[in-house]
Amino acid sequence: MTTQYLLGNEAIVKGCLESPVHFVTGYPGTPSSEVIDILRSLPERDFYVEWSVNEKVAFENALAAAWCGLRALCTMKHVGLNVAADPLMTSAYTGVTGGLVVMSADDPFAHSSQNEQDSRCYALFSRLPCLDPSTIQEAHDMVRDAFALSEEFSLPVIFRPTTRICHSKGDTLVGSPASVPRKGEFHKNPQQYVVIPAHTRVLHRKLNQKQPQIKRALVEKGYNHAEVRGSVAVVASGIAAAYVREVLPPDVSFMKIGAYPIDEEWLGGFVRKHESVLVIEELHPVVEEAVRQVSGGVAVHGKKDGMVPYEGELSPVIVARVMQACGIAPTREFPNPVPAGDIPNRPPILCAGCMHRPVFYAMRKVFKDGIFPSDIGCYTLGLQLGAVDTTICMGASVTVASGISHSGEEREVVATIGDSTFLHTGIPGLLNAVYNGAKMILVILDNRITAMTGHQPNPSSGTNAFGVPVPPVSLEAICRACGVSYVETVDPYDLVSLLSVMKDARERPGVKVIIARQPCVITARRAGVRRGRFQVDAESCTSCGLCIKFGCPAIEKSGEKAHVNDLCSGCGVCVQICPAGAIRKEVKR
Amino acid sequence: MSGSYDVLMVGIGGQGIILASNILGEACLIEGRNVRGAETHGMAQRGGSVEGHIRIDGKFGPLIAPGTAQLMIAFDMLEALRYSHFLAPEGHMVVNSHIVIPTSVFMQGAAVPEKEAVQERLKSRALCLVDADALAVEAGSPLSQNVVMIGAASWFMPFAPTSLLQAVERLVPKKTVEINRKAFELGRAAGERCREGSSDT
Repeated sequence: MTTQYLLGNEAIVKGCLESPVHFVTGYPGTPSSEVIDILRSLPERDFYVEWSVNEKVAFENALAAAWCGLRALCTMKHVGLNVAADPLMTSAYTGVTGGLVVMSADDPFAHSSQNEQDSRCYALFSRLPCLDPSTIQEAHDMVRDAFALSEEFSLPVIFRPTTRICHSKGDTLVGSPASVPRKGEFHKNPQQYVVIPAHTRVLHRKLNQKQPQIKRALVEKGYNHAEVRGSVAVVASGIAAAYVREVLPPDVSFMKIGAYPIDEEWLGGFVRKHESVLVIEELHPVVEEAVRQVSGGVAVHGKKDGMVPYEGELSPVIVARVMQACGIAPTREFPNPVPAGDIPNRPPILCAGCMHRPVFYAMRKVFKDGIFPSDIGCYTLGLQLGAVDTTICMGASVTVASGISHSGEEREVVATIGDSTFLHTGIPGLLNAVYNGAKMILVILDNRITAMTGHQPNPSSGTNAFGVPVPPVSLEAICRACGVSYVETVDPYDLVSLLSVMKDARERPGVKVIIARQPCVITARRAGVRRGRFQVDAESCTSCGLCIKFGCPAIEKSGEKAHVNDLCSGCGVCVQICPAGAIRKEVKR
Repeated sequence: MSGSYDVLMVGIGGQGIILASNILGEACLIEGRNVRGAETHGMAQRGGSVEGHIRIDGKFGPLIAPGTAQLMIAFDMLEALRYSHFLAPEGHMVVNSHIVIPTSVFMQGAAVPEKEAVQERLKSRALCLVDADALAVEAGSPLSQNVVMIGAASWFMPFAPTSLLQAVERLVPKKTVEINRKAFELGRAAGERCREGSSDT
């Protein structure tokens, strides 16, 4: 055993290796992505790992491996579990023979997400056990043991860390990777694996019959524990339990819930020993609802009486204020300083040389009155450039575009989607749009990588998760196979061609696809691409400001004139924007 | 009381804050202390404002409450100002004496923040301004500015300087150990001047 300073996701990797895991699948999504990125980069490994094309695909592959007796891990962010929900729900009926751990990382405060949903609700919904770590050490220990737990109950286990676990760090005690290889073997058993009505009714009863033993086992294993110290109690779960422990006075009872389903009898026994109970948890009041059901007249505080916020993430400060409001004096008082005002915001921004920027620029030029549905990726930042009108979930740019076009709205609809997102859930929408005669343009922003989550390869990258070369998928062929007759590929750094293709597409009927292809500027730089920088000739610059409005972080103002700073990656798009011809290749003196 | 010594690191995505915070975490391991940290990953890293929390001797959650950080290490003066309310009244601030102007300021034609004005607003705190960019170049690589900053801040942290230097040597790429050692020493010398004068250098 050694102590290491680890990122939560690194600790989760260590736990998986100690178990050990045999089969890993997933789709990238903050804050879950590092788990597979670390696993696939290990110099030696005796497990299978893949970046799957979406979470449903990932889940089903992992489920099959667990049916063959392996220990399988499937990773995703919380909204990915929506995509995988179809197989998830029924996998609770079929169960597993090997261990299946589904890591669904929640994101309270939506640091990098489109919503704040709570994966624990899926555990209640599916009746699957769920582990919810409150520290990095616990994340490591829980995931290490989760595979055995899954095998013990013959059920997939949901593992639900949050952003403040995945992307926090701490000194963590870890063991050595284990080597217990297994070879998959499928034993035919239609009563278990073929969920026709006659089988599934029986399986559903079996799932329900398992629940009492699961509840008892989770208490016995110490995931849920309680300390009675006084007449008032605080019950907490997840990272909120760590915040509570930081400020909890010694005469207040404490219960930590780290696993679901909760044993109601045990919970009720604890609650009814107190005069009042405060429940502190992030997102959905899962624990609070359980506490209220067994309270038997004990006063319960939490979200439902307005004491704890439903939205956002908690913090030691919020926890201390909630305790104070409920009559519990925290051991520490926090000041309430006022942030310095009048400071310009610094939001995230598309990189200098990003291929998305000229596409958005061209769209605004050609479709002045257009409607721009978009999707999930770096390019959602096109919002700042006025070229993103909708974003809801993966793949929805295409379907929102076709829906708008059928609604009677007469303005042109031009949707944008990245390569990875198109392959994830964009294809069925395109097929549907063509089949039902929509009038729209889809621009596929093909930078050949899943960039926002940390540059994971996908089928258009030309390598798999191991970095092994594989033939890149042809997006053109996919679009044509969906029935699109107008498919044009263009280099977005070539602004003249980009503008002319968009103008051409505008005149055509039906569904048109433009594929704008240029490698992500970060991956290009890592691969050694050096284009040479540009500079502004101050004498020729007329201070018109057109290049500044382009929004590239490499272009700034120096006095009234434009100036190119050293972030310039040499894409050369600004040269084509400058009406005075003042931007030129840098001359080294 | 939580009993931890809380350090907030702030800057812009891509400035090497994650490595810098790892160095503090590693120094804790070297000295056998507990540590908790939190950092920004994902989309916010694309040139956005980022923060890293490091709680030396931390045993609970990773988040530092506003108004309680004993030390702030800022890689940009504007970011130092943005997060200055996190500092405890008696806390110290070690700040790289540069400003990267947010692109949105130019795009919107807003007033460009002046360095002198920002410095004036920071002065109500115990401020140590360090020209980390210049010292990093002097050390041999502009990329070593994060280690310069740690060297400068080493006077204000409860570590033996040797532990910090050992942590630097463990975590930076092998080829750059010599450069980073020099960066640490140059930063430490710059920080010492602040400590004596307790103002900007």
